[in-house]
Amino acid sequence: MSAPAPSASRDDIVIRVRNLKTGFGDQIVHDGLDLDVRRGEILGVVGGSGTGKSVLMRSIIGLQTPIEGEIEVFGENTIGREETEATAIRRRWGILFQGGALFSTLTVSENVQVPLKEYYPQLDQALLEEIGAYKVVMTGLPPEAAPKYPAELSGGMKKRAGLARALALDPELLFLDEPTAGLDPIGAAAFDELTASLQKTLGLTVFLITHDLDTLYAICDRVAVLADRKVIAVGTIPELLALDHPWIQEYFNGPRGRAAVAGSKAHRAEDRG
Amino acid sequence: MSVLADFERVDSDSGGAVLRFTGNLSLASLGDLPDRLDRVDGQVARIDLSQVARIDTVGAWVIHRFARDREAAVEGLQPASRHLFDQVVAAEHPIELPPKPESPFVHLLAEIGDAVFTAMHTLYGLLGFMGATVIAFWNVATHPRRFRFHATVHRFEVVGVSALGIIGLMSFLIGVVIAQQGAVQLRQFGAEVYTINLVGRITLRELGVLMTAIMVAGRSGSAFAAQIGTMKLTEEIDAMRTIGVSPMEALVVPRTIAVVTMLPLLGFYSALIGIIGGGLLCWVQLGIPPITFVQRIREVVPLDDLWVGLIKAPVFGAIIAIAGCFQGMQVEGDAEQVGRRTTTAVVQAIFLVIVLDAFFAVFFSQIGWI
Repeated sequence: MSAPAPSASRDDIVIRVRNLKTGFGDQIVHDGLDLDVRRGEILGVVGGSGTGKSVLMRSIIGLQTPIEGEIEVFGENTIGREETEATAIRRRWGILFQGGALFSTLTVSENVQVPLKEYYPQLDQALLEEIGAYKVVMTGLPPEAAPKYPAELSGGMKKRAGLARALALDPELLFLDEPTAGLDPIGAAAFDELTASLQKTLGLTVFLITHDLDTLYAICDRVAVLADRKVIAVGTIPELLALDHPWIQEYFNGPRGRAAVAGSKAHRAEDRG
Repeated sequence: MSVLADFERVDSDSGGAVLRFTGNLSLASLGDLPDRLDRVDGQVARIDLSQVARIDTVGAWVIHRFARDREAAVEGLQPASRHLFDQVVAAEHPIELPPKPESPFVHLLAEIGDAVFTAMHTLYGLLGFMGATVIAFWNVATHPRRFRFHATVHRFEVVGVSALGIIGLMSFLIGVVIAQQGAVQLRQFGAEVYTINLVGRITLRELGVLMTAIMVAGRSGSAFAAQIGTMKLTEEIDAMRTIGVSPMEALVVPRTIAVVTMLPLLGFYSALIGIIGGGLLCWVQLGIPPITFVQRIREVVPLDDLWVGLIKAPVFGAIIAIAGCFQGMQVEGDAEQVGRRTTTAVVQAIFLVIVLDAFFAVFFSQIGWI
């Protein structure tokens, strides 16, 4: 139950983490962590506060150097790469940070254009503007939001704008760090729907860190559980429920977990009826 | 992995041509395709995408834009790609172009008007803030329990004690430079001994306090603006208000007291170090022994000079503290504002200090303290 079963073939693994060890000073966050993310799936990553969900994401995207271990993204090792090689991999993924991390001095549309200008300087300004405009609309923002500055947007709109920037380069892999945190339930459900529909339309692989049980039930294909410094289990929710780990049981069978199950069942019944 | 996007033109007899695309229609392999599409002329009836290996939203957008402008039909897409293409088309929305810039003359006028308005608005706000500070002081004076003793003492340390090193070094060097320049000029008249008058009077009367005020504005005024501005952004100020703590009493009063108290002390210290620097130069370069230097200082520097410096210092301190706190409180919106407001706080404080110094100079000479 500790290591994820290597059932899928190597080509279908987008992110492959083996024996990862990370930490700050004396404090070890991960030790011997293994994880596979398959192509085209939405993988939910859950775990209690301080179990290093964000640290895992930062290690995969290269913002933090692990103490030891291997990380492969798209079949290529990402640790200790030359800057030019790292850039080639970087343009194949998009990241939505927790607070949106929009550049506050630029408008939403300009924020979307930043990665495009950085990686493809040959694109002319008119095309950039158009790309900025349709990306903004595709993430469910009203077109009027494009010329606005981040400070003028609500929390939910900032997340969508951040998603528009994450999708600017049409990435194959998308990292979402608690996308629904701080959103109202309606906004959170709409964001889940958006993630699922974009995933289907663009054929994305999604690495999704969340605390939101509704998100897990609604859109995640598989869920990875972080505890005791490693991934203690990966699987669909029914598979996880069959496991006898106290944290997993409490997480999914606690009052909130049961409410989320009831909600998702009611939703499905509605769809049928 | 990426096969560059390309297209060929196939003319058919039924009027209009067909553009047949090959390769990957994706951002990374787009190359100069948009430019080349712009150069296609003549009628295009159909766009055939059946040979395309991969399409992403940017590719779809470029094709859609071309098809829309040339009224061509798009065909041959796989169902999944068709879905993506339709989503991109559905997201199309006319973009508003930024308004045309006005003529340079109107622009200049607008800029000047804007600057005047902002300056007046800031002055008005600053006056209001001074009033609010006075009220806060009154409230603290009538309710002494609300006085934050620890916060104030902590500010004493940050504003005063921690500044001793840098202010000492600066004053020492300024004393040396004044003495050296004075000696060079006065030597022409054989009046080198007046270097002592110059150093003693100018440091006590003007430079000690003025340079200290500028240094404190840079060190502490900026820190106040940045601290309070950041607290404003993180809603700490709002949290204080809801708990019933007045930010004016908790933040502004201790900082103002600290600067008002510390600036006379630092200014006096600065003048002393400046005199020591000047004395050292006189000893080394002019051969005036320290004991003679001190005697001469006692003869030529009137006590009034000390009072002039010490009277100005608290006023300068109040200006620096209030400008810093005021600009901090004005922060709204984003992190960039914190930087801008911090700069404004320092510029404003130094400017007001120098303006007031000029007024003080006129005032003291009118009452005969010259």
